[in-house]
Parts: sequence; structure tokens; C-alpha cells
Amino acid sequence: MPSSPASPIAAPPDAEVLYARLLAQVRSTVAAQAEPPLLIGIYSGGAWLAQRLHADLQLAQPYGVVSSTFHRDDFATRGLHPSANRTALPVPIADQAVLLIDDVLHTGRTIRAAMNELFDFGRPARIDLAVLVDRGGRELPICPQIAASTLLDLPDEVSLALLRDEDVSEGIRFRFDLVSK
Amino acid sequence: MTRAHNPQLNKNGELRHLLTPEGLPRDVLTHILDTAQGFVSFGSREVKKVPLLRGKSVFNLFFENSTRTRTTFEIAAQRLSADVFNLDIQRSSTSKGESLLDTIANLEAMDADVFVVRHSDSGAPFLIAQHTPPHVHIVNAGDGRHAHPTQGLLDMYTIRHFKGDFSNLTVAIVGDIVHSRVARSAIHALTTLGAAEVRAVGPKTLAPDNLRDMGVRVCHDMAEGIRGADVIMMLRLQNERMSGALLPSAHEFNMTYGLTPERLALAKPDVIVMHPGPINRGVEIDSAVADGPRSVILDQVRFGIAVRMAVLSIVASTESPA
Repeated sequence: MPSSPASPIAAPPDAEVLYARLLAQVRSTVAAQAEPPLLIGIYSGGAWLAQRLHADLQLAQPYGVVSSTFHRDDFATRGLHPSANRTALPVPIADQAVLLIDDVLHTGRTIRAAMNELFDFGRPARIDLAVLVDRGGRELPICPQIAASTLLDLPDEVSLALLRDEDVSEGIRFRFDLVSK
Repeated sequence: MTRAHNPQLNKNGELRHLLTPEGLPRDVLTHILDTAQGFVSFGSREVKKVPLLRGKSVFNLFFENSTRTRTTFEIAAQRLSADVFNLDIQRSSTSKGESLLDTIANLEAMDADVFVVRHSDSGAPFLIAQHTPPHVHIVNAGDGRHAHPTQGLLDMYTIRHFKGDFSNLTVAIVGDIVHSRVARSAIHALTTLGAAEVRAVGPKTLAPDNLRDMGVRVCHDMAEGIRGADVIMMLRLQNERMSGALLPSAHEFNMTYGLTPERLALAKPDVIVMHPGPINRGVEIDSAVADGPRSVILDQVRFGIAVRMAVLSIVASTESPA
């Protein structure tokens, strides 16, 4: 798995390069399975990734979107962030192999909440995790099966935000932004 | 009313009590409706429960009878995983002379987090909110003639669901406006959310001209009141109004203000008909309308649970900085 240099991060990683890498890894994972997994992206960055992966891989089965909102463990202090971030699963999830997709994996708490949310809809056969960036700092025993990159030297007070630009000629383009918390 | 002075908001402008829609900023109302939207699709989940209020205690304090509102609050709190306690106040210590605030103080000692309060006296939930410690949240489930904010909000949710934007809407509220906390809360919410025109329709005894002060157009003629309306909100005609001098009879009310299929035809073809329930068939609304294709009365009930889940989860997560 490629890793970034150990020097402090001055510029955010190139999300398009990482996406190409993620696409290749997901493609070979999907090809290796008899039944292609159900792609489910975590709102919002992971949902964008799932949408684009689904299109690029030309999968027959629609992709799903999962929100971690209802199972967040910081609800009591941070409250609800509502609006359109609702879980939408196109097919029953019971006995399905799921490939859960997110942009950045950090503490693992969002993944835990998203998995709890999925189980509210049924019992999946298995769940694998694919991310664009694994930035370390795990606080729960969660590890990705696919990570397009590993960035272990990001300071805790900086978050990595995936942004999506729509360009008429080039279509959807991703980029990362470094945001101070 | 500014944010800083509204007792329902903390100093960050976040909702810590829901007492009345009056004076709440538009973004607070919209936040509740947006949050409710996430709870509406709960039917598709195998587990119809989320852990947002796990470990919290919600006390339903109904000093006035209500089966429907109390039940929907109970369902909402349970779907959020709260522990729910229903207090039958009529049979408890208040009948032994305990004061309202003594009752509340005793319940606080049982570690309540949220009180859902219905009371026949206007302002009772305000009084309780003023005397409870900062970590306790009050939700008004109807006080006297004053306010019924969750009903008002579920009405707004229903209108937004079917009509989208408020800015082009003409909304007719028909019946006993002056005694109705449902009507007052709807009027305040509609005004804040920017409805184009709100009409109060009824006889002079029940829809007096001074309702204009609330920013509504008063109509004493039913045809004028519902002509071209996008939304018709019928109110329940309370039996006690008919015993006084305010109304001659239920039959006469039906003749002049009852919503019949013929009258409904005066409104826009895509009008929605709402009613807070329980309905008096053949008095304020005909069965053909209540059960007809323009009626959204049962949608209101369904949305009511989602709106109450939204309100409970929002107030319970609002901190109260000193």
C-alpha cells in the first residue's frame, strides 16, 4: 500500500490520483467475487465516491447511501445535523455482501455508527471497508480492506474534507481541502 | 422578540424548550422540519428505533386529557430510545393540593431530562420552564388557548411535504379561531415561514376582526374564505362552544362553515384539506371530504410522530450555557 512521505503536509493530496487508485482496487475486489458486493457510501463524501465508482464500474445493482447521524456517539454534545442525509438502500440488505465506502478513515467512530445504522435495516452477509485516505488515529478496532493511501502525519486539529466539482467538459472531479477544526 | 430574550433559546440561539412557535426565528423552525424529514422514513427500517435519547428520561405530564397527542409523544420518545413515564396527573398529588411547581420539583428529583406538558392553563409550560434547572427541557403539548407548537409544526411539515415552498401559498384556517391553540400556533408558524396569505374564516364570535393583528385576513363568508386556497385547515368545533352564546347549533355551523364537496370546489384543484383531529363528521367537515382524495388528515398523524421525534431530539441535545 503506497504511503505519503513523512514530511509535514503542506498541500492536500490529489484526490483524483487517489480516486483512480481506489477505482482500480475496488475493480479487482469486485471482479474476484462471484456476487458483486452492494456499494454503500457514507454520507456525504463516501456517497459521492460510491456514486462515481458505481458509474465507472458499470455495476448492474444500484448503490446505496448510509447516514451515521442517528448512531453518532457525540450526539449529546454536538446535536443533530439533519437535512438530506438520510439512509437510502435500494435493495434489502439482509444476506448481502456490502462494500462500505468513505472518503477519510480516522477514529473509526463514523464507521461504527454507519454499521449500526446498516444493521437497523437487516443483517448483511459481510461488510468490507474501502476508503480514499486512511489517516490513522483509530480509537476503535476498525481497519479498511482497501485504502487508496495512508497519511499518518496529519495533525489532529486538521481535517481533510473531500469536495466535488462538476465541470462541463471533465465531469465530476474530486479534490481535498485541509480544514482547521 | 430577539433571540437573546426568547426563553426558548439558549444564548447560541439553539432550541432548549419548545413552548410556542411565536417569536422563533425561521431557521429554527426550518431546522425542526428538516430534522423531522429524516425520521419520516422510519417505516422502511427493520429496527424502528435509534439510540439518540438512550438513557434520557421523558416525562409526559398531561394535566388535561389527551389520548392522541400523548400517544404520539410516547411513540416518538420510545423510537428515540428514551425511557418514557406517563403521569396521570388527575389521579396524582395535584388532586391532594400539591402545587404545579412542587409536582415538577419532585419529578426533577427523579432525574427527568424532558417534560412534555399539557395544561388547561395558558402559560403553564412557561412557568415550569422558568423554574427548572438548565439541563431540563420543556416541550409544550398544548396550554389553554395559547399554543400547541408540535401540532403547528406538524401542520407546517404537512404543508411543506405537499406544497414545497410557503411563499406562494394561500392558507385558509376555518372554524373557532379565537379559542384554538392549534390555530394560533399555525398562524405564527405560517407567518414566520412566509406564507403569502393566511385567512381566518369563521363567524364574528369565533373569528373576530381583531385577529388582523396577527397578520391574517379575516373572512366571515366561507366561500370568500376558501376561494383559491392552496391549503384548508379545518378546526375541531368544540362542543362547549355550542352550549354558550357563541354558536346557535352544530347544524347551523355546518350549513354556513362546514366543508362540503361543493364548497371544496371553490379552492384550487390541488388543495389539501387538513384537520388536527378528532373530527366531527357532519359538523365542520363532511365525510366525503374527510375521506376524499384532497384530505391529508392521516398524513398529519404520521408526520406528527416524526416532528415530535425531531423536537425531542433537538431540545435534548441543546446545551444551556450559563
